[in-house]
Amino acid sequence: MECVFGLVGNDFAVVAADTSAVHSILVHKSNEDKIMILDSHKLVAASGEPGDRVQFTEYIQKNVALYQFRNGIPLTTAAAANFTRGELATALRKNPYSVNILLAGYDKETGPSLYYIDYIATLHKVDKGAFGYGSYFSLSMMDRHYHSGMTVEEAIDLVDKCITEIRSRLVVAPPNFVIKIVDKDGAREYAWRESVKDAAAASA
Amino acid sequence: MQIFEYNGSALVAMVGKNCFAIASDRRLGVQLQTIATDFQRISKIHDRLFLGLSGLATDAQTLYQRLVFRHKLYQLREERDMKPETFANLVSAILYEKRFGPYFCQPVIAGLGDEDKPFICTMDSIGAKELAKDFVVAGTASESLYGACESMFKEDMEPEELFETVSQALLSSVDRDCLSGWGGHVYVVTPTEVKERILKGRMD
Repeated sequence: MECVFGLVGNDFAVVAADTSAVHSILVHKSNEDKIMILDSHKLVAASGEPGDRVQFTEYIQKNVALYQFRNGIPLTTAAAANFTRGELATALRKNPYSVNILLAGYDKETGPSLYYIDYIATLHKVDKGAFGYGSYFSLSMMDRHYHSGMTVEEAIDLVDKCITEIRSRLVVAPPNFVIKIVDKDGAREYAWRESVKDAAAASA
Repeated sequence: MQIFEYNGSALVAMVGKNCFAIASDRRLGVQLQTIATDFQRISKIHDRLFLGLSGLATDAQTLYQRLVFRHKLYQLREERDMKPETFANLVSAILYEKRFGPYFCQPVIAGLGDEDKPFICTMDSIGAKELAKDFVVAGTASESLYGACESMFKEDMEPEELFETVSQALLSSVDRDCLSGWGGHVYVVTPTEVKERILKGRMD
């Protein structure tokens, strides 16, 4: 099952997500990137139905870009989070999206932030959050080891602890994870944690 | 899966001598899992009117946004704040609009009306108002809250004593409910000031 989690550090926010694309018992691919770079200083880690996940996050990404084109300045993380929640809430009683989102961002004035938005459009600003079966392990791990103002090294160490816990304790644990970080220098990929590499295509 | 018990909540409002208190728990959960322990259930509409929303968190957030919008429009047109009785009627009407597809919320409204007379009321998810002279309760811990308030309530309590009574009633009730708790948030409102206090109870 899909594992997404994230936390806020000293001057940055980090999110991690598994990279398995699964249909029933089949793993289609194990390098599916579920963390979208929303704009220069925002990350959206999404989990849920694959079609909805891609469609909805791309929709949010394009609307956030449109705002920047029209108004000349980018949206704050809080504004982007509230916009996302609004779209999910409007669709909820018509044509609901089954997508859970962790929105991480960095604003110059307010610093890093992380927003928990679940598929029924519950919005809450958090210091640490997680979705999926992996959340039972990663949230507990973060409850134990998280403190405010963590450095990048400490935070990545905690992320690795969570990944180890998920790998060892979740029955259908995803093998590979991607970690992305957002700070004053922008949103970027930090690392992959792979325990199963996609086999190269056999030569004919 | 009961929709009113999906997120967990506890709300109580109590009348004192020319003052009122409104209190809530702080847990935001998704069924058995706790997501956050600092969730705000009570919002200020204006200096003398507070609204607490229990039930499904997403609907509470949507409903709150709609009500703030309507109150701001009222303020622009009437050039004054809404009376609590009027606001209660507005909430009731908005809830009944969705009679056959309701918001899964139970609001608690508390305010100071004309001549600083305290006003409290609650309603069900389709807007059936319940006015009370002493206290009103809502949320997953409502049954415990009824018992606690009934035994602890006295007429014409001063603000300090009212705060103690409301706090004890809230904490003892949420301790019997697994879906609410993780502290309390109490507002005591008199004609001259609003005192906001955070309670630390059993953190489970």
